[in-house]
Amino acid sequence: MMSDLNSLTIAEAAAALDKGGCSAAELADASLAAAEAASGLNAFITLTPDIARERAAASDARRAKGAAMGPLDGVPVAIKDLFCTEGVPTTAASHILDGFVPPYESTVTRNLIDAGAVMIGKTNLDEFAMGSSNMTSYHGPVKNPWTGPGGEDLVPGGSSGGSATAVAARLCPASIGTDTGGSIRQPASLCGIVGLKPTYGRCSRWGIVAFASSLDQAGPFARTVEDAAILLGAMAGHDPKDSTSAPREVPDFRAAVTGGVKGLKVGIPREYTMDGMPAEIQALWDQGAQWLKGQGAEIREVSLPHTKYALPAYYIVAPAEASSNLARYDGVRYGLRVDGETLDDMYANTRGQGFGAEVRRRVLIGTYVLSAGYYDAYYVKAQKVRTRILEDFTRAFADVDVLLTPTAPNAAFPVGAKMDDPIAMYLNDVFTVPANLAGLPGISVPAGLDTDGLPLGLQLVGRPFDEETVLRAAQAIETAAGFAALPKYLGGQA
Amino acid sequence: MTYLIHGDTGDWEVVIGLEVHAQVSSQAKLFSGSPTAFGAGPNSQVSLVDAAMPGMLPVINGYCVEQAVKTGLGLNARINKVSVFERKNYFYADLPQGYQISQYQHPVVGEGVVTVDLADGTTRDIGIERLHMEQDAGKSMHDQDPKRSFIDLNRAGVCLMEIVTKPDIRSPEEAGAFVRKLRSILRYLGTCDGNMEQGSMRADVNVSVRLVGEEGYRTRAEVKNVNSVRFIMQAIEIEARRQVEVHESGGEVVQETRLMDPVKGETRPMRVKEFAHDYRYFPDPDLLPLELDDAFIEGIRASLPELPDAKKARFMADMGLSAKDATTLVADRESAEYFEAVAARHDAKKAANWVTNDLFGALNKAGLAIADSPILADHLSKLLTLMDDGTISGKIAKDVFEIMWETSDDPEKIVADKGLKQITDTGAIEVAVDEIIAANPGQADAVRGGNDKAIGWFVGQVMKATQGKANPQQVNQLLKAKLKG
Amino acid sequence: MSLDKNDVRRVAFLARIRVDEDDLEPVARDLNNIIGWVEQLAEVDTDGVEPLTGVTGMTLKRRDDVVTDGGDPDKVLRNAPDRVGDFYAVPKVVE
Ligand SMILES: [Mg+2]
Ligand SMILES: [Zn+2]
Repeated sequence: MMSDLNSLTIAEAAAALDKGGCSAAELADASLAAAEAASGLNAFITLTPDIARERAAASDARRAKGAAMGPLDGVPVAIKDLFCTEGVPTTAASHILDGFVPPYESTVTRNLIDAGAVMIGKTNLDEFAMGSSNMTSYHGPVKNPWTGPGGEDLVPGGSSGGSATAVAARLCPASIGTDTGGSIRQPASLCGIVGLKPTYGRCSRWGIVAFASSLDQAGPFARTVEDAAILLGAMAGHDPKDSTSAPREVPDFRAAVTGGVKGLKVGIPREYTMDGMPAEIQALWDQGAQWLKGQGAEIREVSLPHTKYALPAYYIVAPAEASSNLARYDGVRYGLRVDGETLDDMYANTRGQGFGAEVRRRVLIGTYVLSAGYYDAYYVKAQKVRTRILEDFTRAFADVDVLLTPTAPNAAFPVGAKMDDPIAMYLNDVFTVPANLAGLPGISVPAGLDTDGLPLGLQLVGRPFDEETVLRAAQAIETAAGFAALPKYLGGQA
Repeated sequence: MTYLIHGDTGDWEVVIGLEVHAQVSSQAKLFSGSPTAFGAGPNSQVSLVDAAMPGMLPVINGYCVEQAVKTGLGLNARINKVSVFERKNYFYADLPQGYQISQYQHPVVGEGVVTVDLADGTTRDIGIERLHMEQDAGKSMHDQDPKRSFIDLNRAGVCLMEIVTKPDIRSPEEAGAFVRKLRSILRYLGTCDGNMEQGSMRADVNVSVRLVGEEGYRTRAEVKNVNSVRFIMQAIEIEARRQVEVHESGGEVVQETRLMDPVKGETRPMRVKEFAHDYRYFPDPDLLPLELDDAFIEGIRASLPELPDAKKARFMADMGLSAKDATTLVADRESAEYFEAVAARHDAKKAANWVTNDLFGALNKAGLAIADSPILADHLSKLLTLMDDGTISGKIAKDVFEIMWETSDDPEKIVADKGLKQITDTGAIEVAVDEIIAANPGQADAVRGGNDKAIGWFVGQVMKATQGKANPQQVNQLLKAKLKG
Repeated sequence: MSLDKNDVRRVAFLARIRVDEDDLEPVARDLNNIIGWVEQLAEVDTDGVEPLTGVTGMTLKRRDDVVTDGGDPDKVLRNAPDRVGDFYAVPKVVE
């Protein structure tokens, strides 16, 4: 099933399409075939072969007329099933959205269509994007294409686990996800690929099933930094339909990638050195700093004193927003309805059965922290801590241009682990959450393997709307790391 | 005119605060592009945003912001340069998002004041606590089906201004006067059509009672969604009396929401769970704080029309109208405009007389609003001109007015068509005078004998003979000359 | 501030999520575990600190008062679990 076409990056596929080395239809078929063969990974909730073939044919027709639209025209892309796609079931991996077919297309996926990208399917995720392992999906867990030292199944991370697995397993060259507390960067790290969370406001949230509105941001997965830049360029842009979308020009991200890091001031936040962090992660982090220094960057230690409080603040703010955002799933206008005697019974039955355990847990916590008598102590306090965290970053960015940290405190772990200990699970996002709280752009780049041969990523975090510097530094890491290891499952073959 | 309820234990005073919901007259909804038109087919005025489809986001309608600020200025209120939209979270079938986007801790408009005019000619100032913007909910229909309620989201997301008074109102009359005055101001401003039948304006009435002389407030109850001035006044009377009875029988008034049943003449508590009213307000993360600059606010201030209080003062000071006439004329914008159009070319007092007595009298009798008047302001003005230049007498004018009311015709045309032009030709009048004197020698002798009253009789006869068209002054002079000369 | 069974009952009602009577206790324990953990925020000195209202430094954009939507009841109703004509239908509500 694995053909050469499956291993192409976006840039390579675009070049092949331009030179006539392959057609968009062939790329789509190769992707669809690989995705079907890899069904055991459970990366997709819905495959969309008809749409893929139709868009691929249209792309080929454009190219034949000399009207190809750019590097994404004809490239297969997988879409996290949190983006509403017109006429295609959209589930958020929740039972409660059973049967829901949006009559509209999210702005980001619309932008991708307009760039000629070819959707091959909707990828699996943690239910409503709540999770760091993809274990909370109503449609079952996703398997990481990398396996444990004893061949055991591992999680891909989450919540965008299906999108990360699809790219890591070479089912398609690129995919998109959303990142509320690390849901792009952490799975990218655990799957050995590149994942980028843009600045809050860079990509429109219109048409993305909301988890936590002040934190959610869409972003790309790819196998190279350059590909991530290409995809981001197509996804981004001001959207008048989203009040929090930034009215800014989209820079040429791809051009920024090759800028080099000479003279770049790179901050190493000392508070990210945490108790119990595996030595190999600390070593990889030190190595990353050396790589950048070796290419002319200046390394400086910085302090982000409130780092430790980012995760607890996040676990107040995100559930609070979610408790309200998810109130609309009430069995009245779409999705699941579980009948009841009264309206309130119908609500409680529908939501009790429609939401999985983690979603119920977070909705209850969010409801509690907003409720009378607790609002100031929890929600307002957390938003004040968030201000402190933002101040930390602002102070640090007066001294440095970009921050380098590990992406996650661990490599991929076995399917089913940490499920009985939510806080242990939440700690997966300890390094990624601060950037969400402050709205900053961050990227995870595969940088090495741990002693079990599993991928580890390094994270770069930049100033607001300075994805260009983030990409530049990321490519310097990418170049130095020369990450070339491959997972066990490739293109649907073990 | 203190309004008191005489109970068994003493005299009770009523303390009333109103929360008036006024629909902003906008084309599109507050946070979506769907229309606000009244009376359309079910769910035909609904966008994906209004139906709270997954991933849909609110974007604010700038016109609604302007109207809220304009209204705030019209209520002599402070405009807050930074205000915040918050979510009021609760579940209800006609609330698709599971929350209402409203303003809570930081409303767009702060404290203000409205002066109300009472029946005895006095005025009273009612404090405004705040005005905030919020979304309306949809509509539930409970009586179409034995087992189900039906939901129409056409109203969901329509922009409301919630105007909250201080607990300054002390009687049903004051409450009625406040709502009428508020409606008048909104109509002058053009920010709300004030149409209570269509639900463009409705009120939650907060009522508590206390013994005369008592300090502080007792527990209040809120009567929800009252939709006419009459019902508001009725709800206060009913609820105040109920509370007095509760207090006097040793019971306790509970803070709760009640519904009025105008047919049974009672209020009853709404069925809700005890802790259902924990709305978990928090700033809507889909929206940023609303920031207004001075140029924006001052631009709106500069565009404000003259409001009823200012107009009333001008009518009294510059035009010499009585307080009563001025109050009547400014009560709504159309009346004031009508009057000013007539008064532009005539003596203001005379114009006020015709408008308040003749025109309003006829409108009231016919149950018509000024906007539906069959007599145009321009036509009434012409009628006054016809009197002023002596073309017709005051008496004929009344007849012409009647015809104008029936036909909506131009008075000049009516006078011409019906030959109502006053006879000012002395010769023609003299012929008539001579004929009447000749035919009534006895009466003539009486006048000559000093009975001045009989002159009046002769005037009447001459007017009758000329179908009222003779100039009465001329008739008078001729009669005097001929009978007493 | 830890939750008891009554708190869970209240919160579950507010959130309209069915929690069986037998589950109130374990859910309370589960939530307390997390609530106890987030309470470490009390350590942070936030005197005089404003709660965050937005990270982007933007102000609220306003759109024009133009009708751009509506007029398609089927579009908003077609996913409804229960629909009567152009109405959504829900279990009868008694006010
Ligand atoms: Mg109210
Ligand atoms: Zn209200």
